[in-house]
Amino acid sequence: MPKSDDNICAISRPAIGEAGKTGDWRDLRPVIDYTKCIAAIKKKSVCYACWLYCPDGVILPENPVKIDYEYCKGCGICAEECPSSAITMITEEKEK
Amino acid sequence: MSVKIITGNSAAALGAKICKVQVISAYPITPQTSVTETLSQYVEAGDLKAEYVRVESEHSALTVCISASTVGARSFTSTSSHGLLYMHEQVHWAAGSRLPIVMCCVNRGVGAPWTIFNDQQDSLSQRDTGWIQLYCKDNQEIIDTVIQAYKIAETSYLPVMVCYDGFLLSHTMMPVDIPKEKDVDKFLPPYKPYLSFSKKEPINVNPVVFPWKREDSKGVVRDGYMELRQKLNEALISSKDTILNINNEFNKLFKRESAGLIWEYNTKDAEVCIIGIGSIASESEEAADLLRKEKIKVGVLGIRCFRPFPKEEIVSALKNKKYIIVFEKAVSYGFEGIVASEVKSALYDGGIKTPLFSYIAGLGGRDVKPSDIASEVKKALLEMKKKNFKNQTKWFGC
Amino acid sequence: MPDKLFKIEKKEYLLPGNRACQGCSLALAYRYVLKALGKNVIYTLPASCLTVVYGLYPISSVDASLINCTFPSCAASASGIVAALKALKRDKDTNVVAIAGDGGTFDIGMQALSGALERQTNFIFICYNNEGYMNTGTQRSSATPLGAITSTTPFLTKLEPQKDIIKIVEAHNVSYVASSSPAYPKDLYDKLVKAKGIKGSKFMHILTPCPPGWGFPINHSVKIAKLSVDCGVSVLFEIEDGKFQFTGRSKFLAEKNKKKDVTEYIKAQKRFDKISDSQIEDFQKWVDMRWKNYLHRNNAS
Repeated sequence: MPKSDDNICAISRPAIGEAGKTGDWRDLRPVIDYTKCIAAIKKKSVCYACWLYCPDGVILPENPVKIDYEYCKGCGICAEECPSSAITMITEEKEK
Repeated sequence: MSVKIITGNSAAALGAKICKVQVISAYPITPQTSVTETLSQYVEAGDLKAEYVRVESEHSALTVCISASTVGARSFTSTSSHGLLYMHEQVHWAAGSRLPIVMCCVNRGVGAPWTIFNDQQDSLSQRDTGWIQLYCKDNQEIIDTVIQAYKIAETSYLPVMVCYDGFLLSHTMMPVDIPKEKDVDKFLPPYKPYLSFSKKEPINVNPVVFPWKREDSKGVVRDGYMELRQKLNEALISSKDTILNINNEFNKLFKRESAGLIWEYNTKDAEVCIIGIGSIASESEEAADLLRKEKIKVGVLGIRCFRPFPKEEIVSALKNKKYIIVFEKAVSYGFEGIVASEVKSALYDGGIKTPLFSYIAGLGGRDVKPSDIASEVKKALLEMKKKNFKNQTKWFGC
Repeated sequence: MPDKLFKIEKKEYLLPGNRACQGCSLALAYRYVLKALGKNVIYTLPASCLTVVYGLYPISSVDASLINCTFPSCAASASGIVAALKALKRDKDTNVVAIAGDGGTFDIGMQALSGALERQTNFIFICYNNEGYMNTGTQRSSATPLGAITSTTPFLTKLEPQKDIIKIVEAHNVSYVASSSPAYPKDLYDKLVKAKGIKGSKFMHILTPCPPGWGFPINHSVKIAKLSVDCGVSVLFEIEDGKFQFTGRSKFLAEKNKKKDVTEYIKAQKRFDKISDSQIEDFQKWVDMRWKNYLHRNNAS
């Protein structure tokens, strides 16, 4: 038997993925070209404009920069704001 | 015993003070105003350690109480009439949040047109908001009910509206036995909020809820909107026992004989039962005495607790009565008296088909004299005995 | 982390997999609000887009405590939290933050806001302004700019300029007033860190471009936000005890006299498809008048 709700009023608690795997929302996929990425080229913690401007915080400011595709909604702001045009938005091939 | 002669509003303010309320927020409206004036004097003089938030509207007054109560402070507000109606959204919100707020509603008629005088349209029209509603018949009951209200509220996690008639009680001096603070401290433990806010475990209170059930991140199936509403309703219904128990406990501790849900006056052998709420019910006691002198066996049933509605208690009190007459200071426009409807519905479930007449009386402060009640009862009885049920809802004195 | 960003809290309080629309600049702005204000905060929020971002029961997409409140009551709700914390002697270590959209600030929330500011409630009020009722489908609010199409000004566009919320807020005795933009997260972050340390009422305005509501591509939110700053529609500034100062990009624009005109900004958004030439002229005049006033105050202080 699953435990029933013991809350007397509605109280949510934090967890990731409230809206599911929001990577499913994506039509376009951001792909990083590390030969252009400033942080990757300089092998230093610099730039990170993609991380700074990601509305969902799904870009990890590591070296090399990583995108969490499970949750990236594919808005493309990172590609738009990348000063070295290292990010390209490519059409997502959806599984049927 | 410390008996003082005070107004109903003073009794309410003293009640809140004795309960050591922590947050007070209110907005001026006649006839409630002196409750909050008195409390502000207590706070400014240092007699009551509370945060007093002097808000810009009643909507904000109840909002302050809601958020303060959510965080864990014992909260108090009071209002009347349009103030209560302006709060209406928050009245629902407080109950849905299951917050033990106590609010005094000093009953006053509702516009348009303007009236500052008493009837009970304001609080009775808040019937379906999920609050416990207790009505007082004298100033002693006001202070006692405010104190009980906190215990009831904090036991059942429900807000309680303590209602009493504007001017008739709010501005009328009566002797009141004021409970000692140390005795109330024993009776009323500190407020333990249902929620706790910690930086380690953040919570999001009252988010959007799906119509259906949904799992949380740990796999526990949580309620949908319907289940939460059902819980609120069940809490209200089961608060009947809480109200009774707490009233009994209070009576013992403070040597009172007040009723928990309903009170009865000379009903035992009565053939005719008058039903009322608040001061109109105490007026009816005098009317009953007058009628007894004329050998008409009349008793009075006063409803102290309107929500949860004491259905079983009312049915059992009315079981052997021949005629029922409701006097009430409110109306459900397009139908009949609000209290009359409720009583009839209880009787239907109890399988009782006793004839019932109802009087809409005293709206906007119109005088309701015991002698007038008595003569209207006699007229109603004549019609009922003739089985003339064409006009069961009557407008008193119109 | 690069030095410039070093001071920005690394922890993400806005959790992935939330319900914000793609390219939502409110989500972006709120990421930094949360980072700047940290853990010891109780937020309160009326019905708005952010309610949806927070997610549906029983899961919250934000790792911070929130008390939801009704639409008109945001600032009053904050007053209640402040009062309770004071009464319970927990006010030293907990900040109270009210956050509302333009509807919950400029319109239905105005009375409670004015009350709380006048009472000098010790809290931060953040208005994220997407210039309309976006959560209910882009209806006109008093923050909607002149000439914008909304679902309630569908053919004639909005015929009046927006309310100047800053003037209204300043008319109360407020300790700190600031305006920032999701296009400049550092500016936004620093201002909130500062506000956190100031006593009394603090007010923060953030213009948050809305892709579906304003009619621009989802990848242009930051671009539009930057453009709004460049043409003076959104101005980065702070007012401390009445002293006005441009900050960041707006400071640069003011010093170099490089503010653009509004044409490019207007052309980039479908909501201005029906704006007339004379409306553009009036829009420009409104922006210029405010900018001139700000310049004057900036230079005076």
